[in-house]
Amino acid sequence: MEAAAVSSPGLRRTRRLADRIGDKAFYLVTTLAAIFAVLLVVGIAWQLVAKAWPAIRQYGIGFVWESTWRVATPTLSELYGAREFLIGTIVASFGAVLIAAPVSIAIGLFLSELAPPSIRGPIGSLVDMLAAVPSVVIGLWGILVLGPFAHSTFVPWLNDVLGFIPFFGKPPPTAQSVFLAMLVLAIMATPIISSICRELFISVPSDLEEAAFGLGATRFEMVRGVVLPSVRGGVVAGIVLGLGRALGEAIAVTQVIGGSWPIKLSLFQPGTSLASQIANTYSSNVSPLNRASLIYLGLILLVITFTTNFIAQQIVHRFERQRLR
Amino acid sequence: MNEGLPLQASGHSRRRLLVNHLAEGIAIVAALFALAVLAILVGSVFVRALPALSFDFFTQGPKYDEFGRLSGGIAPAIVGTFMLILIAAAFSIPLGVLTALWVSEFAPRHLADQVKLYLDVLNGFPSIVIGIFVYGLMVSSKIPILGLGHHPSAWAGGFALSIVMLPLISRTTMEVLALVPNSLREASYGLGVSKWRTVLSIVLPTAAGGIMTGTTLAVARAAGETAPLLFVCAATTQTIVWDPSQAVSSIPFTIFSDYDQAGGQAQAWGAAFTLIVLVLLSSLTSRYFLDRSKRKLGQVK
Repeated sequence: MEAAAVSSPGLRRTRRLADRIGDKAFYLVTTLAAIFAVLLVVGIAWQLVAKAWPAIRQYGIGFVWESTWRVATPTLSELYGAREFLIGTIVASFGAVLIAAPVSIAIGLFLSELAPPSIRGPIGSLVDMLAAVPSVVIGLWGILVLGPFAHSTFVPWLNDVLGFIPFFGKPPPTAQSVFLAMLVLAIMATPIISSICRELFISVPSDLEEAAFGLGATRFEMVRGVVLPSVRGGVVAGIVLGLGRALGEAIAVTQVIGGSWPIKLSLFQPGTSLASQIANTYSSNVSPLNRASLIYLGLILLVITFTTNFIAQQIVHRFERQRLR
Repeated sequence: MNEGLPLQASGHSRRRLLVNHLAEGIAIVAALFALAVLAILVGSVFVRALPALSFDFFTQGPKYDEFGRLSGGIAPAIVGTFMLILIAAAFSIPLGVLTALWVSEFAPRHLADQVKLYLDVLNGFPSIVIGIFVYGLMVSSKIPILGLGHHPSAWAGGFALSIVMLPLISRTTMEVLALVPNSLREASYGLGVSKWRTVLSIVLPTAAGGIMTGTTLAVARAAGETAPLLFVCAATTQTIVWDPSQAVSSIPFTIFSDYDQAGGQAQAWGAAFTLIVLVLLSSLTSRYFLDRSKRKLGQVK
């Protein structure tokens, strides 16, 4: 810099100027981009609250457990409440994770401990591929292939065997059901949870595993005694992340859940969810209060998914601190 | 082996071995089960799409016969999806990369963590909520934003998809920028090069592979998103729409709206096939870029 400055003062001046402006402009542009990204998140949350405000003012927090969702009829006034949709969302998502979590952990174990090393990569990639399949395609497959198949085979069987439990009551003629939504969501959550599990299981130090083997443990005992306890927090976080994905899913659920309420006790009956109610009826502009109530549903969905992801992150943080020790 | 010990496991050991075999069997079955679901899923899309697939399917628009039965192709949806992705990428790539640059080159630690947190939160937003947001911002708003009009348009759809893409691009770019060795930056500063030129000519090219990974990953995700488009750019047009201020068809929305129409199932399967191929190509490209940039950054170190 100094040498160049001595040989050609003119160059030095122009370069300095360009660099001074350039550095400032660069800093400004990147800062603005970062501010914009943050504002986007705040803006989305703010706008949901603002647009849902008429419904929030009308119903308050009681909206969450109000079970009626009724547009105005000649005799009755309109009345909106989120309970049925909330139940549908929670039942379908938790059911999905209940199915997906054990399968995903087993897949993670298979890919990290059992499978011959030469096939781990390809099978891992294939499972990851399942994550890339768009939800609308899974929904299409769910309603046209999986639904009819399940309806003619294992749904009646489940009803026969477990029919005494109200959740597995007699299936109606249609294949669309909360149960089908669970299966579809489970298919979507499995690749997320299993790839997290695989990474975690691989990260367990092999000297720990070998020490367990050296003490005469079988592979199952090694997994139960060493692998699972040392990454438990991470696995839980992965499952919660999968839950977050299932809670927010709109399209696939809309295709398979049937869109009817009130929610029945039997999982084989059609149901509804927060996201699918918005997807189904947002475009039909019934009344301002209806629109605001739908956005209120969206706000509830946002709060639930945010909380879920936040919990997952907290678990990850705690887990990482524990590991560092 | 000691002579006193039998070679055959018995009693307690036998039970432990049995439990072990059982557990291993369950894990193997679970993995095979997931693979089978994937195979059946992709397989049935391919098999059911076959009757619909033809040259015309990709070059013609949808047609309705006198009974309202749907036939023809999905050319408007293919063009529409590419247009939406293009608009979304044109917005989210600069925004995402610049945000990542701020985080990696300028931001103090606690602010950087904040921005990362916000991007993670955005990534976790349900996509239908993004649809509601863009609807309020660009379709139903009283204030004309950039004169985009108050009706569904490809601009609005592209913007909605860009919100889906932004966190993916930005977070991936951040991770790669953090991998760019400081020695490179310091070498550049040591030669008297200013910060912005260092970033533009040293840091960004080194991280280019990572940015491409993030972008293709985001494209794969956004191409299949339907929920953000439902309220802001939902249409099935019979001819190709080239004007981004109009609502355009898209492949995911075509699948969503066609499958319960008369004759529409074949259309939906064909569209699903097209979408899967598109998404897989995009994912594979991202994998390629990931491997390449890993190799490249590995060499630098």
